[in-house]
Amino acid sequence: MDLQIALLLGQDGIVNGAIYALLALALVLVFAVTRVIFIPQGEFVAYGALTLASFQTGQTPGTLWLLLAFGVAVTLIDAPASLRIGKGRFMRLLGWQIVYPFVITVLVLGTGAKDWPMLLQVVLALAIVVPLGPQLYRLAYQPIAEAPVLVLLIVSVAVHLALVGLGLLFFGAEGSRTPAFSETSIDIGGLTITGQSLWVVGASALLIVALYFFFEKSLYGKALRATAVNRAGARLMGISTTLAGKLTFLLAAAIGALSGVLIAPITTVYYDTGFLIGLKGFVGAIVGGLASYPVAAAGAVLVGLLESFSSFWASAFKEVIVFTLIIPVLVWRSLTTHHVEEDE
Amino acid sequence: MKSRAIVAVFVVLLALAPLALPEFYVTLLNYIGLYALVALGLVLLTGIGGLTSFGQAAFVGMGAYATAWLTTAANLPAWLAPLANPWGGLLAGLVLTALVALLLGALTLRLSGHYLPLGTIAWGISIYFLFGNLEFLGGHTGIGSIPPLSLAGLELRDGRQFYFLIWVVLLAAVWLTRNLLDSRSGRAIRALKGGVVMAEAMGVDTGRAKIVIFLIAALFACVSGWLYAHLQRFVNPTPFGLHVGIEYLFMAVIGGAAHVWGALVGATLITVLKQWLQDLLPQLFGATGNFEVIAFGLLMIFVLHRAREGLWPWLARLVPAAASRPASADFRGESLGRRPVPAVGTPLLEVKDAVKKFGGLVANDRMSLSVSAGEILALIGPNGAGKSTLFNLITGVDPPTSGAVQFLGQRVDGQSSRVIARKGMSRTFQHVRLLPAMSVLENVALGAHMRGRQGVPAAMLHLERNEESRLLAEAARQCERVGLADHIHDAAGSLPLGKQRIVEIARALAADPCLLLLDEPAAGLRFLEKQSLAELLRLLRAEGMGILLVEHDMEFVMDLADRVVVMEFGKKIAEGLPREVQSNPAVIEAYLGGVD
Repeated sequence: MDLQIALLLGQDGIVNGAIYALLALALVLVFAVTRVIFIPQGEFVAYGALTLASFQTGQTPGTLWLLLAFGVAVTLIDAPASLRIGKGRFMRLLGWQIVYPFVITVLVLGTGAKDWPMLLQVVLALAIVVPLGPQLYRLAYQPIAEAPVLVLLIVSVAVHLALVGLGLLFFGAEGSRTPAFSETSIDIGGLTITGQSLWVVGASALLIVALYFFFEKSLYGKALRATAVNRAGARLMGISTTLAGKLTFLLAAAIGALSGVLIAPITTVYYDTGFLIGLKGFVGAIVGGLASYPVAAAGAVLVGLLESFSSFWASAFKEVIVFTLIIPVLVWRSLTTHHVEEDE
Repeated sequence: MKSRAIVAVFVVLLALAPLALPEFYVTLLNYIGLYALVALGLVLLTGIGGLTSFGQAAFVGMGAYATAWLTTAANLPAWLAPLANPWGGLLAGLVLTALVALLLGALTLRLSGHYLPLGTIAWGISIYFLFGNLEFLGGHTGIGSIPPLSLAGLELRDGRQFYFLIWVVLLAAVWLTRNLLDSRSGRAIRALKGGVVMAEAMGVDTGRAKIVIFLIAALFACVSGWLYAHLQRFVNPTPFGLHVGIEYLFMAVIGGAAHVWGALVGATLITVLKQWLQDLLPQLFGATGNFEVIAFGLLMIFVLHRAREGLWPWLARLVPAAASRPASADFRGESLGRRPVPAVGTPLLEVKDAVKKFGGLVANDRMSLSVSAGEILALIGPNGAGKSTLFNLITGVDPPTSGAVQFLGQRVDGQSSRVIARKGMSRTFQHVRLLPAMSVLENVALGAHMRGRQGVPAAMLHLERNEESRLLAEAARQCERVGLADHIHDAAGSLPLGKQRIVEIARALAADPCLLLLDEPAAGLRFLEKQSLAELLRLLRAEGMGILLVEHDMEFVMDLADRVVVMEFGKKIAEGLPREVQSNPAVIEAYLGGVD
């Protein structure tokens, strides 16, 4: 290996690591606020990428039907309770769960979205995929929000399985790749940095900074942090844990879908690619003990680097090496944890 | 026994099945048997122990690949030659599986509950890619022409012949698991769900119990893989991937994760459903693919929302005989050995200047007290005074920040609650910690855990029936002693709260302690019940037991206690005879508020 290759691998590792870092942050966030280990995070990556790819090939993405179906299901479940609260609440429910998906559907079917500029296609893809997050929270998690972590984890795995199956149904077994956001590349001392890698790293960094300000400065961000520290206490302060759950899932879905859009030009995305990508974010999150954001992000970048260098040295064992990284991490965690865990 | 008759009919039907059914159904039953064996391990792990694993398919793979490689490899090293047959393959698979399970368990089980499943996800993925990329294991094409098994000279080449082997192994595994659950070790395993603190206070080594069930589940999976390899005579990585591991968990949860037969119900349902959906869905959607996962995912979410116990309890209700567990107890067992009782007046417990800080909060500030044999010391104080914290320091749940706790003349501060419990200190909990689904008798028998020594292998084979009957007899005696004789077969959770507190006392007594720590034992009791509790405590005192009592019922305390210690804001504000304490101005101020 010479310096040139090392730099190239390093660049690859950092680009992938930036995505893993985003996912790791989302995973830590979801776990802290809702105690859900969000295995389906990766499906949002795949859905985001493949929805965008569908627009570009002129197909109607199946995620659109899912948005409509989820909207109807949420409306049916929530209508009685919202009517009891008042007409305004019911109208808001209809607005978000029926009218909004309907408008998006008309927009997609009416224009085809094929010849839209890339940026608008990205926005439209996010507009379809991101609302699936809070809808999913409402349908799968909210009814058992107080269940033990283990039950929530098994539900997560079930949701993951269903979403992967739906992904196959929506997008088929073929992978897709989207054109790069920018074709430019910069040459620095023999190292070529592609425009897309700058996009990925830049967007990730921007998103992380935005999340920081959201949690530090905004009221909703503070409410989420309060819920993460103490659910019962937050509820007593008038913070709805349901709202916190939905908001968290909204953020997680947005981070997932955006990650998908960002990597779609770099790698071919299949309906089940998201799972492995999500799990690598997980390894990063576990490095941070599912609690610390900066350590999780650093761990995720480490995972990215490890992955790209091991794909050079032992490409067949790339996945084995990345997932075995979890073992030394667990050794270290179990040696530094002295706390006897009592049941929740 | 009606339920025995049902099992017998079931076994006869199983034995006749291959004679009557066409090939297709025999094959299906073979797979159901193999899957049920894996799911059975998950019942033990998830439904009963409260842990979970998504990596069971990887253990199945280890069992399959170990025997596949050993029985087919062309140039085995000489030292492996004796293992180059199916039985050697089984042995190698079991040893490898045990090593991996012990390592994974040791790494993850000390951490909180979700690290084991996460660890097993990572391990499940790693091993799948490893199988697919190791040249000597045939890569993604796998290993073919595995020799058939032969039993007593008969080669099992046919699915019908294999059928009997699979189902004998499965029924044997069910029998072993049921035996285990109905034993001292089984109670310890079932106690895991009641919380680590309670189980450790009863002397259960919870870390070991967790590893044991993870190990058993892994070994069952490994045996299933070994059978699979010799049934198929061909292995490749596909059936050992993570998604299959997830399916195994679904089988256990949908069937009823807390019941051994739930594994069989779940394996049957998922296998049949999969067969049906794999035909139906691709036609319906007009595309090929594993669309059945959508249905499984939705089914699973539905089950966890609406029927977390799975299908088995629902099925068991249809056949009432199957629901009631046969009481294996006769109470004629000889009595257990007792520890020597210290002479009345011997100092038992000595707390000196114990301090406990939680961050900036000083919950206990230089607390001292002592209890002697044959004495009742009451610890009183307003809510939040730090009484429960002190209980935790004494019993080893939390180590003190500084200061010393001496029990029977030895320093015990910093030792684990299990070790302290073994020395003869037993306790009850302020918030009742019983296993609600277990009978009163079994809950109390859990207290006698430390007085037995037979381990898991003996329990699985039911070779420990003598000791078990002695333990249950002891539990029954303690139930009778505290006045619960009429309730011993009731589920502990069905009793009123006051009675549950009495069950806790019986459980503590079953440990044969010389010092008893009672945390608000009279709360929720009616007048007559309080009187009989006071009588019981007086009797214990007369027998030489030392008792430390936290209680808010002043009448109860003042009538009963020899001495009283009063706490407020983590400090001792008074100590002495009940009458002295009652007239102490500081105590009156603490309870009634000062006059400014």
